[in-house]
Amino acid sequence: MSFQKSKFHHPRLPVNDLGLNYRDYEGALSTLCAGCGHDSITSAIVQACFELSLPPHQVAKMSGIGCSSKAPNYFLNKAHGFNTVHGRMPSVTTGANLANRELTYLAMSGDGDSASIGLGQFAHVVRRQLNMLYMVANNGVYGLTKGQLAATADRGMKNKVGEQSLFTDIDLCVMALQLGATFVARSFSGDKKQLVPLIKAAISHQGFAFIDIISPCVTFNNHPDSTRSYDYVHQHITTAAVTDFVPVKQEITSDCAAGICEDICLHDGSLMRIHKLQPDYETKNAMKAIVDIETHKKKGEILTGLFYLDANGEHYHEINNTTDTPLNKLTQDDLCPGSRVLSGINDSFR
Amino acid sequence: MSQPLKHDANEQYSKNCQAINNFVVRFANTNGTGSASSNNMFAKAILRMGIPVSAKNIFPSNIQGLPTWYEVRISENNFLARRGGASEIVVAMNPQSLDEDIANVASGGFLLYDSSRALTDSQFRDDISYLSIPISAICQKEYQDPRHRQLFKNVVYVGALAALLNIEFDVLKSLVADQFRGKDKLITPNIYALELGYQYANQHFTCPLSIKVERRDLVNNRIMVDGNTACGLGAVYGGATVVGWYPITPSTSVIEKFASYCARLRIDPASGKRNYALVQAEDELAAIGIAIGASWNGARSFTATSGPGISLMTEFLGLAYFAEIPLVLINVQRAGPSTGMPTRTQQSDVLTCAYASHGDTKHVLLFPKDPAECFEFSALSFDLADQLQTPVIIMSDLDLGMNDHLCNEFTWDEQQKYQLGKVLSKKQLDEVKDYGRYKDTDGDGICYRTIPGTHPDKGAFFTRGTSRNEYAGYTEKSAEYVANMDRLNKKFSTASTLVPQPEIIEGKSMAPIGLIYFGTSSHAIDESRQQLKDHGLAIDTLRIKAFPFNNQISPFIERHTNIFVIEQNRDGQMRTLLMNELTIDPAKLNAILNYDGLPITSTFIVEKVLNTLALQQKSQVS
Repeated sequence: MSFQKSKFHHPRLPVNDLGLNYRDYEGALSTLCAGCGHDSITSAIVQACFELSLPPHQVAKMSGIGCSSKAPNYFLNKAHGFNTVHGRMPSVTTGANLANRELTYLAMSGDGDSASIGLGQFAHVVRRQLNMLYMVANNGVYGLTKGQLAATADRGMKNKVGEQSLFTDIDLCVMALQLGATFVARSFSGDKKQLVPLIKAAISHQGFAFIDIISPCVTFNNHPDSTRSYDYVHQHITTAAVTDFVPVKQEITSDCAAGICEDICLHDGSLMRIHKLQPDYETKNAMKAIVDIETHKKKGEILTGLFYLDANGEHYHEINNTTDTPLNKLTQDDLCPGSRVLSGINDSFR
Repeated sequence: MSQPLKHDANEQYSKNCQAINNFVVRFANTNGTGSASSNNMFAKAILRMGIPVSAKNIFPSNIQGLPTWYEVRISENNFLARRGGASEIVVAMNPQSLDEDIANVASGGFLLYDSSRALTDSQFRDDISYLSIPISAICQKEYQDPRHRQLFKNVVYVGALAALLNIEFDVLKSLVADQFRGKDKLITPNIYALELGYQYANQHFTCPLSIKVERRDLVNNRIMVDGNTACGLGAVYGGATVVGWYPITPSTSVIEKFASYCARLRIDPASGKRNYALVQAEDELAAIGIAIGASWNGARSFTATSGPGISLMTEFLGLAYFAEIPLVLINVQRAGPSTGMPTRTQQSDVLTCAYASHGDTKHVLLFPKDPAECFEFSALSFDLADQLQTPVIIMSDLDLGMNDHLCNEFTWDEQQKYQLGKVLSKKQLDEVKDYGRYKDTDGDGICYRTIPGTHPDKGAFFTRGTSRNEYAGYTEKSAEYVANMDRLNKKFSTASTLVPQPEIIEGKSMAPIGLIYFGTSSHAIDESRQQLKDHGLAIDTLRIKAFPFNNQISPFIERHTNIFVIEQNRDGQMRTLLMNELTIDPAKLNAILNYDGLPITSTFIVEKVLNTLALQQKSQVS
């Protein structure tokens, strides 16, 4: 079942540049478990879209199958959404994006959806450089089928019934970095201060943006043996850098001290201001980011933050040289060559 | 170099075949040697002399080094199916298959072979004539480049055939000029190679032979083209802009042709940018996913595949059916199951496509018979998919897709406008009071959809493959689920009124025998009709063009006492579909099933009809 929220709200709720309030960016009531990390992600998305003044109907919400993929129903109810097939969200999003390059594509997936059944589609949408934001709500277990281990579960981790993860875990950030994603980050559903600016920057980024979001499963993976529990993540999280997002119109007032602060200008003129917490942190070195992630993992730490950003990378439509008008707005006059051309083609078969 | 001949066409065999414009030429080549374009030039030369011709490529699933055949049937009577049986003339260029090729010459026929290599005694038959030409030796002498020595062999034998079969040399010259337009320096050497063969034949044999061609005016404005080219071009005319695809024989060239026509016809004149997007996906799952995503977002989109790809796409077909997303899928069928015979033809995906995916699913199928219909149906399928908001599958096959067929020219009516179906604009949404994505407002089972980004406040919905109510909200209520499933069934009934009608040919006095057929079996039907007439049997025919079945099909079956369902698969899949969908007596439906991987022949059909009738008579007597 899905339940719509009441539209009633405080008359003086703050509004954004479009005159919309926070409530205008919400969706149906969540049917996920109370305390589910995914609901925090939902609220971070709502906040990010509200603060960016994104017209909700200019967003397409894409997802596969699983708890994570139900989430798009819980935000932006003025946007169309597509809950596709397990592991196949990337291909459907590819088609949707090809059809209309002007919408913002917000995709939600999970560890089963992206790291197992959809690993091939995940890899190929990265290399295709689709202009989209791909978020994975990563909790290390299959929620809807009640707690089986996922391919992102750390080796050796036990699930709720004591079954141990026997094989190497798949790190989707490492894969995305290796495959050429132009925006790669990891965050934690419990850290909105970090997550919201990352989502805002990723939406503003023109190109393939990936955020792996550690999102504990309160029902099946929040026990003491888990490396994806709230407690474990809180204790083992390490942040590479703190990211602020500065929208296009906002004036920057603070100074950016060389060496510990870096401003990156995004395609639309907005800025990402990065405060480095790790001394040798870089944003333009994918290979080093992979090493950093693995080094921290060996120490038992979960490294989060922005790992890589290439603000000038080409996305699919630039590579394809697609016309500026969205393909779904071309008319018969634009598309059909007509009978005169056809008669010439007929002659070539005589 | 050339050995003394035991038999020569010059001996003027009394038993030599005599035929004007009615015989079969079979070319035996090795694949990867460049024979295809020469053989094609041969067929086209006949066509340009105004004589109907058909050509079948019988090729292996291999790139280089295995036997491949090209069978050209020349028929003044317009019988353009594969004739089957032995050929009047075989051009044997492949030592690997030589024994088989010699056996395949019709008694009284001719074997043209490369005499640079001597035949063994056992390779001589008393009842055929040997046309020995030292083709390799000629090319060895004339050309230095090893690649030329190989390639021009094919041109030399075409030149020789021109003399032997009375093909006008100027016609060949014009074909060479057309083929190498823009690469002009290749024209002279090709014509020279043709002349080498032409002169050799004239000097060594009595030309023309007792089988030959004579100029006619029987082609009219028809064209000769393959079905995949036609499907690709039809998709351009139908307004497809997004394609996801994965290479698979025999469908690959649908996309390649679409791409090459787009590169010519779909470039924005002002910016030079592409009015289309084509993605070679990681697999067939993604290929159809891309098409579905684009269609959902309001662009016309398609994918093309063959058997194994269909298997992979079935999950997504279920989603598109249930979530009601327009989709065009071109299935160029090949011999299955599994990898089957990838380069051989069959119509064996009928049931799989009709009911593809788990749960209660049904899909609209179109069965084109020739390239002209491939073009027409391909363009039309986008209208149907948009009108019905469901997948439409074009059921081509390898014979249709990859072989050249003589057919009516492609036509496009300028008055014809794309039918985009029930899609609400922003203005319409403003006027609608109580929008529900899955509300059957018009009672035809087809609801109004909206495209993402249309309206700031209204019309957005969540598309899903799970059950939903009329407002696209998730539901597990039995009544809502049942209502939705019943509406989908109603929509399928509506589809039967929109799809192409069957083609029925009935004589003035009703024949007791009715032949039901579809797709490429059509080519053998006129000839079967003639042959059965020669046996004193009149037949009526019905050609199925689409599923769901039009309401004329049941009455046709009722009107005839003996129905034969002709198809190219083992299990009688169309027969099963008819039995399943219509209320008819299965005993009435006799199956004629050809599933050897080669296009069906009239000889086969006629034999099966006669045998069945004889058996029926026998059982009546006893």
